[in-house]
Amino acid sequence: MATAEPVIVVRDVMVSYDGRRVLNGINLEVFRGETLVLLGGSGSGKSTLLRQIIGLERPESGQVLVNRVDLANSTARELKTVRRSIGVAFQNAALFNSLSLEDNIALPLREHTRLDESTIRLMTWMKLAVVGLGDAGRLGPQALSGGMRKRAAVARALALDPEILVFDEPSAGLDPIVAAELDDLILGLKRAFNMTVVVVTHELASAFRIADRMAMLYNGSLIATGSQEEMKANKHPRIRQFFDRIPDAIADTALIDKYFERYLAGDVHE
Amino acid sequence: MIFGRVLEIVGGSTLRRLEYVGGLTMQLRQAAGSLTRTLPLVGNRNRWHSAIHQMAAIGIGAIPMVAVMAVCAGFILAMQGASELRRFGAIQFVIDLVTIGFTRELGPLLTAIAISGRSGSAFSAEIGSMVVSEEIDALRTMAIDPVEFVLAPKFLAALIMLPCLSVVANACGILAGGAFMRISTGMALGVYLRDVAHSMVLRDVITGLVKSVAFATIIVQVGCLEGFRVRGGPDAVGRAATSAVVKSTFLVILADVGFTAIFYLTGAR
Repeated sequence: MATAEPVIVVRDVMVSYDGRRVLNGINLEVFRGETLVLLGGSGSGKSTLLRQIIGLERPESGQVLVNRVDLANSTARELKTVRRSIGVAFQNAALFNSLSLEDNIALPLREHTRLDESTIRLMTWMKLAVVGLGDAGRLGPQALSGGMRKRAAVARALALDPEILVFDEPSAGLDPIVAAELDDLILGLKRAFNMTVVVVTHELASAFRIADRMAMLYNGSLIATGSQEEMKANKHPRIRQFFDRIPDAIADTALIDKYFERYLAGDVHE
Repeated sequence: MIFGRVLEIVGGSTLRRLEYVGGLTMQLRQAAGSLTRTLPLVGNRNRWHSAIHQMAAIGIGAIPMVAVMAVCAGFILAMQGASELRRFGAIQFVIDLVTIGFTRELGPLLTAIAISGRSGSAFSAEIGSMVVSEEIDALRTMAIDPVEFVLAPKFLAALIMLPCLSVVANACGILAGGAFMRISTGMALGVYLRDVAHSMVLRDVITGLVKSVAFATIIVQVGCLEGFRVRGGPDAVGRAATSAVVKSTFLVILADVGFTAIFYLTGAR
């Protein structure tokens, strides 16, 4: 159950790449125990915002606070503590190809705990079993299907029992059945461990299945946040376009018509 | 107008090079700080295991290649030297030429060039692929320092294995010289080796090993930096691997000139 205590606070965050503004003064709060879905089209800045939240990049201005720690102005020890409290499942799973599945999941345990090897093996198996991969531990990542890799990434994200779980495009590239299985997994994990979950996606079906709250990004700005009902009722043209799947006009038909007219008139030369 | 454009190009190029050297220096500092965590007993056990794997990959796997290169270079040096020295009835000096040439110069340099092509490119391709597949990001989100996890074991392995490989190259090159002397003058190997021992100076061997430690540093740091700087897709990984070999070979030769000049000027030669 979500509480009124924000566990992640994003304040006036601005980010630019090569002089191009990617995030434009984002303000967002994620409350303990809730599932927040960051929605937005391609290039809207949602993955960039996610990278800010997990401390992979520093903002040009503004602040990102996780458990009251300002990620841009934290000590190495504070940042390490924050990172250990966040589990991240990357879009392409980001499993280490040189390691078996169980070694992938055991890696954070070996790095950050003093547990003996047998305990680590047991914990690794448990994490794999939670995501339905209990018997796949000895396989290499390259031997797994797309859905299995995503689930393995979730198992690794769970390794240190984080309080925040972050998913980057969990359904991308998966068939609808596997995508629905992954949604169920996210819901199950949240129920079982009362985690705070942040999901970046543009899959509406998935978003409406798992979200407690949604935030919509467009051109680097947050244009709306709210519950599923509030978002459905929102009249913002971009939200309506996104929810009603109305395409942007990509081709400049007037320009094409003009070009052909000139071509037929013999005005176009090589 | 043209002067301004030239100034802009030169300035931009200089800034890029300075930025690269800055990145290299910062990475070297981080790597040196992480090196103790890679050592056995005092460091992290997993890093030491990783360093042992790297030693096998960088060192053991490269022995045949380095040996063949050194044998060929030994023959070449002996033949080229003999063709001139024979005219003055001084073919005996081929032994000094090969011995001093290898211990001071050719052993470490040939090894560095071989390892730069073989392992430097592999470092950048491996790390570049990890960047592209978000594995480096995953390490950081797991609060694992990528420099310590990925680079430090390679660094330690190269620091140990390059001097070892240089010794192998020295031995192979000198033995090739011995084979040449046997074929061309009928000199017995025992006599040849006695003359080699007479020509060999410990100082030369040590300066060669000092060079190989410096070359190891250049190869690992350049190879890994090229990998960490990969942005984009698989084509960028290929470019990084090429760039790693080109830059590390160039810097190895540049460093060699510097070291040789220092040893020459200080009398250590």
